[in-house]
This record gives sequence, structure tokens and C-alpha cells, in this order.
Amino acid sequence: MNVIEQLEKEEAARVLGGKTIPDFSAGDTVTVGVWIREGERQRVQRFEGVCIARNGGGLNESFTVRKLSFGEGVERVFPLYSPMIESIEVKRKGKVRRAKLYYLRNLRGKKARITERTTGRADSEGIVGEAPAAAPEETAAK
Amino acid sequence: MRSGVIAKKMGMTRVFNDEGAHIPVTVLQLQECQVVAQRTGERDGYSALQLGAGAAKVKRVSKAERERFAKASVTPKKKLIEFRVAEDNLIDVGSEITADHFVNGQKVDVSGISIGKGFAGAMKRHNFGGLRATHGVSISHRSHGSTGQCQDPGKVFKGKKMAGHMGAKRVTTQNLEVVRVDVDRGLVLVLGAVPGPEGGWIEIRDAVKGIGVDEVPMPGAFRAPGAEDKKSAAKAEAEAPAENEAEAADAAADADGSEDKGGEE
Repeated sequence: MNVIEQLEKEEAARVLGGKTIPDFSAGDTVTVGVWIREGERQRVQRFEGVCIARNGGGLNESFTVRKLSFGEGVERVFPLYSPMIESIEVKRKGKVRRAKLYYLRNLRGKKARITERTTGRADSEGIVGEAPAAAPEETAAK
Repeated sequence: MRSGVIAKKMGMTRVFNDEGAHIPVTVLQLQECQVVAQRTGERDGYSALQLGAGAAKVKRVSKAERERFAKASVTPKKKLIEFRVAEDNLIDVGSEITADHFVNGQKVDVSGISIGKGFAGAMKRHNFGGLRATHGVSISHRSHGSTGQCQDPGKVFKGKKMAGHMGAKRVTTQNLEVVRVDVDRGLVLVLGAVPGPEGGWIEIRDAVKGIGVDEVPMPGAFRAPGAEDKKSAAKAEAEAPAENEAEAADAAADADGSEDKGGEE
């Protein structure tokens, strides 16, 4: 293994710190917990929507989550290995035939539905392990 | 003034900082960066350290060069570079400079040979704007346009920016920040891009415009020849025979040298 690959592997392990990333792909509905810093204190903000794309690979991988907020489409791109991500939770597996669901941007309402995948790949219960230190802070924030 | 080091550019990657921002870094590796010779004021008129890096194949090193390396009792090196240092910052011959020579957060100047671009036009080489796409311009949309005045100077001034060979020359990037160092693997991670291709030899020096930290090791961080004080005992043991072998190989190669010569002739 060359030095760069080695470094990337170590960095990924360092950022995750024992957590695991659940198996999810485009079409799945995910909830992403993001650390928000407000002055001194930190809290977790949830962003729930459809994962419409995964880009890149290894340490450089990112994914795009799209949701409708007050009738307006909002997309957010997260680096998969960002330390700002507290957790990723797969709410629902979607049945889609593309890797990139950019066509959803032009659809709304009934047409933008994604049917649930009930067969095929095993439903991963994988949830990014709750950061032990994070839990009390979160409750405190509330 | 402190010595710089010779490193090899391994490539780029990213690391994440505590704020969660990702930082693009270039990975530079010190490969057996040892002091090969000293230049002193009384003998040479200036003080400097000649460093060598990378392992050269013994049979591809000329006999004269081999003798030079043998005298310094270091393995033959691929790349030799002199670094000017102050008289009291000279490091003993044979010392191997380690990555903690540089400190996290300090600024460094990085030099390398840029990637060659071949014969390039004025637009690519000097960022000229080129000519218009329409309005009567024919065939010369990417030309440099006028090169001067009229009969009065009657010549093109020297240094006029024109098409020509681009790249493959020494480039120094100043004030790059050291993000992380890894002594065991000899890695220095530097923020941002560094001139030259992957696998190219790079010089890293303290930034001339200020290093930005209070303290750096003086005259430098290195392993003294023989005494492997910085390494664990096991590692030192592992390395010692390797060095001996290298020397033995050196000696053998020296002995073979005459035979080879005979064969070639």
C-alpha cells in the first residue's frame, strides 16, 4: 500500500473514531446529524431527506441529501468522513434505477415519490454509533 | 540559518481539522536524508551542509562518487543538494535528518522543478488574452498580438513575453504551512500544492519571511550516526545490520568495480 492510501485510511479511521458508516445509496431516505456550533455550545441538527447522489471514493467521498423545506427544494452535500457528521441513519431504502437522482429536481409531489425497496440487499440496521461524549451535550442543548 | 531538507513528493490528499474543515495537503517524504559533507568557512569560504536523499543503486554510482559516500559512511544517494547554514548550525556528517525537523504550524518555503509543459503559446504561458473571436480576426485567435512600437525603438524589447518553453524550471512556493509531521515514516504534510510532479525531489526550508512559530529545533532534528537515540532499541537493531549490509555491499561493489571495468573494456 502506498503512503497516500495508508494516510487516507488512517485519517478515515481517526475521523470516524470507532463509528461505522451505514450502507446506503442513492434513493435511500437518510437522517444526518450535523454538529452546529453556536458561539460556545455545540448541538446536533438533523437533516432528513433523500440521498440523491454519492460522489468520489475513499476519504474524498461525499453524498448529497435533498429535502423539501417549506415547498422549496434544499440540497446539502456532506463529506462522508466529515467530523461534523455526528450520525447517519437510514430511514428507508428506496427502489431506484440510477446512481444519480438529479431528475428529482424537476419533479414534485406524487411524481417525486420513490417506492420502498423491500427485497434485495439486506436492510442494514447500521447507524453511526452514538458518540458517547456527544449524548449529554445534545440533551443539555435541548 | 538552519538547514533545509530534501524530500520526495508523494502526492496530495486531505486531512480534517478540529473544526471539521478539510485541508488539502501535499505529502512529502524524507527518504534517508543524510548529511554527506560539510562546507566550512575556513576551507570553502562559506558554511553549508551537503545533504543526500534516496537510495541509489551502488553499481550505477561512479567509483569516485562511491568513495565520497564511503568516506562519509553513508549509503549512496540519488539526490545531493547543498543548504547554506550558519556556522554554529552545522550538523555532523552521517546524521539522518528526521521529519520533526519541522514543527506543526510553521511556515516553510518549498522548491521543486515544475512539470514541463513544452512549447507553449502566450495565452497559456503568460495568461495573455488572445485576439477576438470575430470582427475580422483570421487564424490568429490565440496569438500574442503586437510586440512593440514603431521605427523609434525599432526592435522588440528584451524580456518581451512571448511563446516559448514553459515549465521544467525551478519554482519556489513561499509560506506553506506545515500541517502534520510523522517521524516514523518521515512524512511532512504541507498545506496546499507544491511545485513538481509526484516522485520529484523537493527542497523544504524554513520560510525566509518568518517561520510563524516560536521554536524550532536548533540546529535541527536528526539521528546521530551510529547512535540511534531517537528510535526504539528494536528498531535500531533492525537498522544497524541493514546499514552494515549496505556498507558491505558498498565494499563488495568497490571490489567488483575493477572487474566490471575489465569486462566493459
